[in-house]
Amino acid sequence: MASIIGMVRLLGQHTVRIISSFGDFALFTGASFRAVAGSRRLPRRIVRAVYEQGTLCLPVILIVGAFTGLVLGLQGYYVLNRFGSEGLLGALVSLSLVREMGPVLAALMLVGQAGSALAAELGIQRNSEQITALDTMGVSSHGYLVTPRLIAALFVFPFQTALFVAVGLWGGSLSGSLLLGVESGVYWASVEDAVRAADVRECFLKAATFGLLTISLCAYHGFHAHLCRTATGAQAVSASTTRAVVHSSIVILVADYVITSFLV
Amino acid sequence: MEANDSTPLLEVCDLHKQFGDHVVLDGVSLSVLQGKIFSVLGPSGAGKSVFLKCLANILPPDGGTVAFDGRLLAAGDSAARRDFQSRTSFLFQNNALFDSLTALENTSLPLEQTTDLPDREIRERSLRALRELDIEKFAGHHPAQLSGGMQKRLALARAIVTRPELVFFDEPTAGLDPLRRNAVFAMIAKYQRQFGFTALIVTHDVVEALVASDRVALLDKGRICFEGTSMEFSESNLPVVGGFRDSASELRRSLEAIRSGEPFVYDEKIES
Repeated sequence: MASIIGMVRLLGQHTVRIISSFGDFALFTGASFRAVAGSRRLPRRIVRAVYEQGTLCLPVILIVGAFTGLVLGLQGYYVLNRFGSEGLLGALVSLSLVREMGPVLAALMLVGQAGSALAAELGIQRNSEQITALDTMGVSSHGYLVTPRLIAALFVFPFQTALFVAVGLWGGSLSGSLLLGVESGVYWASVEDAVRAADVRECFLKAATFGLLTISLCAYHGFHAHLCRTATGAQAVSASTTRAVVHSSIVILVADYVITSFLV
Repeated sequence: MEANDSTPLLEVCDLHKQFGDHVVLDGVSLSVLQGKIFSVLGPSGAGKSVFLKCLANILPPDGGTVAFDGRLLAAGDSAARRDFQSRTSFLFQNNALFDSLTALENTSLPLEQTTDLPDREIRERSLRALRELDIEKFAGHHPAQLSGGMQKRLALARAIVTRPELVFFDEPTAGLDPLRRNAVFAMIAKYQRQFGFTALIVTHDVVEALVASDRVALLDKGRICFEGTSMEFSESNLPVVGGFRDSASELRRSLEAIRSGEPFVYDEKIES
């Protein structure tokens, strides 16, 4: 009986902790947006964040985008070929990329590079009291460290997603037309016919949402590295970076399902 | 700013702080006079850094009051807090410099983020602060490229660039050899006189603190058990002051006892 009560208590404690962390995260994100009001020289910090999330992540976006398109072209061709519908290859590749794979894979790549770097950077800054130093100077640590990254994510994630989709379409064309003999004109006409404005809107909405959620999550974990219950010091930074990437990846897929279910 | 010998710039009354059941500050009260160097001495683990962090609003105290320039720093009074932050600076034990920024960028940071000064003036003021601390030629260097002493000076440059009235020093000589300890205290005394700020230092370096400070206090077991001038500290008959002040003599006695073959007994009171 005592062990059952102990298990229920443990379950209750975990549930309360999880709900409480959702609240903390919401407050953290809210505080970061509120800090826009008091932030000085914000555009300069935003440009720096655009460089971190944009320029530095370009190679991974281009490489993964190209290979995703190449694989979609190959797989799509062999499936459509069974039904004699190779002409629809462009529609298959473009709709897959625009509606699902583009926003999701681009966000996952950006979390892997920019998000993990952000969590680790903030974790180290927390450990070495750099964040506390900002507070003692009267500088909003949210406004200085998090706000510019969140604002940048709202623009950079959709831009990177668009780039991912464009390169992916080119990859699909390469494997479909060049390697497997589908007419290039047929491929691109099929793309043009299939993709509608609503699909592009959904793509950008997903990208911006993923950007906001994941960058905020990564910043949240890095910012609170000192509160890690399982480790301290460098291990706490490592643990919070891992948590940031894992939680962000899960959030991308959950948010993808929620947005899709509302928009379809 | 005009130093006034009798005006308390910072008044602390009955400050309490505890972590769980562990009481760290148990009713600390003291006054720091304007334009003076005030050192809070105490053994490691006495709660000196916690005391300083409570004053600087890094940690919220559990009880007691702190008044700055006659104005009470109440928990909900954000205007008073902002005023306090704009007129004070904090020098961290590990310097807390931004390692991704150059020395000049580190120094400019508080001006860039808390004032509306034009970029040119911020640059000039930051370079002047670096020049005053003799590290101007390292303006383009990152903290990791500087020696420990230069990092300390850079941290001080960042702390004084906003012309604060009160600077908190958290263990400024922790981990330094005796020569560097002297140099850091000499630096604090020099720039305190040059810029006229009030300095509140927490340290366990008795000799250096006594030489450099106008007043000292001894924090032990969460309470201030002595407050007075350096001379009064040196002449005090209080056992707790004597124990801390004469630690070198105690070490000599212990070593003589060990050399004469007596068994060594670790003094657990120090740890507790």
